[in-house]
Amino acid sequence: MVLAGLARGITGVRPIWQGCAPSDRQRIFFANHCSHGDFILLSSSLPPRERQRTRAVAGADYWKRNKLRHILAKDLLNTVLVDRNWVERSEDPMVVMLDALQEGSSLIVFPEGTRNMTEEPLLRFRSGLYNLALARPDVELIPCWIENMSRVLPKGTFLPVPLLCRVVFGTPVALEPNEDRKDFLQRARQSLLELSPEHRKALNHG
Amino acid sequence: MAETVWLFLGLLGVLTLASAIATMLSWKSRRMTEVLPSTLVNLNARIKAWWIMIGSISIAFLFGKTGVILLFAFVSFASLREYVTLTHTRRGDHFILIGMFLIIIPIQYYLLWIEWYGLYSIFVPVYCFLAMPALTAISGDTERFLERVSEQQWGIMLSVYCISHVPALLTLSIPGFQGKGLLLIAFLIVTVQGSDVLQYVFGKLFGKHKVAPKISPSKTWEGLIGGIASASLLGASLAWLTPFTVLQAGLMAGLACIMGFFGGLVASAIKRDRGVKDWGQMIEGHGGMLDRADSLIFAAPIFFHIVRYFWAA
Repeated sequence: MVLAGLARGITGVRPIWQGCAPSDRQRIFFANHCSHGDFILLSSSLPPRERQRTRAVAGADYWKRNKLRHILAKDLLNTVLVDRNWVERSEDPMVVMLDALQEGSSLIVFPEGTRNMTEEPLLRFRSGLYNLALARPDVELIPCWIENMSRVLPKGTFLPVPLLCRVVFGTPVALEPNEDRKDFLQRARQSLLELSPEHRKALNHG
Repeated sequence: MAETVWLFLGLLGVLTLASAIATMLSWKSRRMTEVLPSTLVNLNARIKAWWIMIGSISIAFLFGKTGVILLFAFVSFASLREYVTLTHTRRGDHFILIGMFLIIIPIQYYLLWIEWYGLYSIFVPVYCFLAMPALTAISGDTERFLERVSEQQWGIMLSVYCISHVPALLTLSIPGFQGKGLLLIAFLIVTVQGSDVLQYVFGKLFGKHKVAPKISPSKTWEGLIGGIASASLLGASLAWLTPFTVLQAGLMAGLACIMGFFGGLVASAIKRDRGVKDWGQMIEGHGGMLDRADSLIFAAPIFFHIVRYFWAA
């Protein structure tokens, strides 16, 4: 709660419900990822009721590396921790995420798998999103474009610069019958990219 | 201070009248069509925002010097945030950007609070002007160096230095006008913002010939002349708030309003350059804080220095 207020105070964040409206349905929000502030910003732009049942999925290998991080991620931020390391993992990330959905939570996922430090607007999607869509077709998948957060809190810094941020919520994406993994991920990625300001600008000029 | 009470009662009256007219117009138009025309929706939002803005200024005035300084420190913060959002920044600028918010704003307003004219009038244009490029150079990132540094300096000059000249009026000691600095601030804000409103009204009613069609489609000669002439009259009629005679008050108001017009024009040019219509969405119907403050940014320093030169002891 305090964090959400802080995030709003610093970034004056404005949710833009472009392709869907806030609702009580169970949802998976998938977003671009450039900064630690991303999911705090995203959840702070949800209405309080939706925010309360929305948990972010984060990398266990990073957040369990030391005690402080672990407490932060688990107790303070109430994240769903999944192991990204294929070889040494103890729990299957799919099981962990599906358990959280089973409990009725909505999820925030970053399908790029890590923070994007490149000049590319969006990295290739990992397959988790496809697996979630396949296992729980009843849960809405909402693309969310987070704007400017990478400038507020770049990787490796801990003091935020106050800049205005926006979160654009797009039209839900659903898995089509017989659609294969690659096509679906490509389509989901495209739906997220289309919410970015660069894309909107290109449309206006074209 | 009886003057302050009268002034705020007057503003209350004007706002109530504006709200009444807007409600009547909305009611009339709703009888004809289901949806309100966008101009009316915007007008309603603008008037509502004015209630909030005048409310915040009144509260700040109640707390005197501290209140006014805190209010304008906040205006600086919000303006700078809108401005920096639109500029090109790189990762190497991170600490300078934080410093602009966490160091420069507090220091500038602290210097005002202790009324150290010798330093607050040069802190930004001398010390920050030199320190910022030096620190940026140390960070080692030379990509678009000049552009980044100039943009940061512009931001600090506009959103911190220039705006801080509004509360700086409190530090002037004018013979026969001691302790009435707040009234001078009220005079400046009412005439400059009044001129914006009057330019908008005259423009909407009579506007035909555009002043700078490439920059702003809404600024017309009719609006400009009508607005500034009527705001000067407004200023003259508010001479009782100030150490000026009626004629001087009219001239000072007119000068502030002309500067205010240029402030709006420059702000529009920057927005056009960056491809946005408004600086932000903080103030409903008006846009961002800078959309409201742009005229004050240009008017305040000139107003301050003329008063200081001719009236202050």
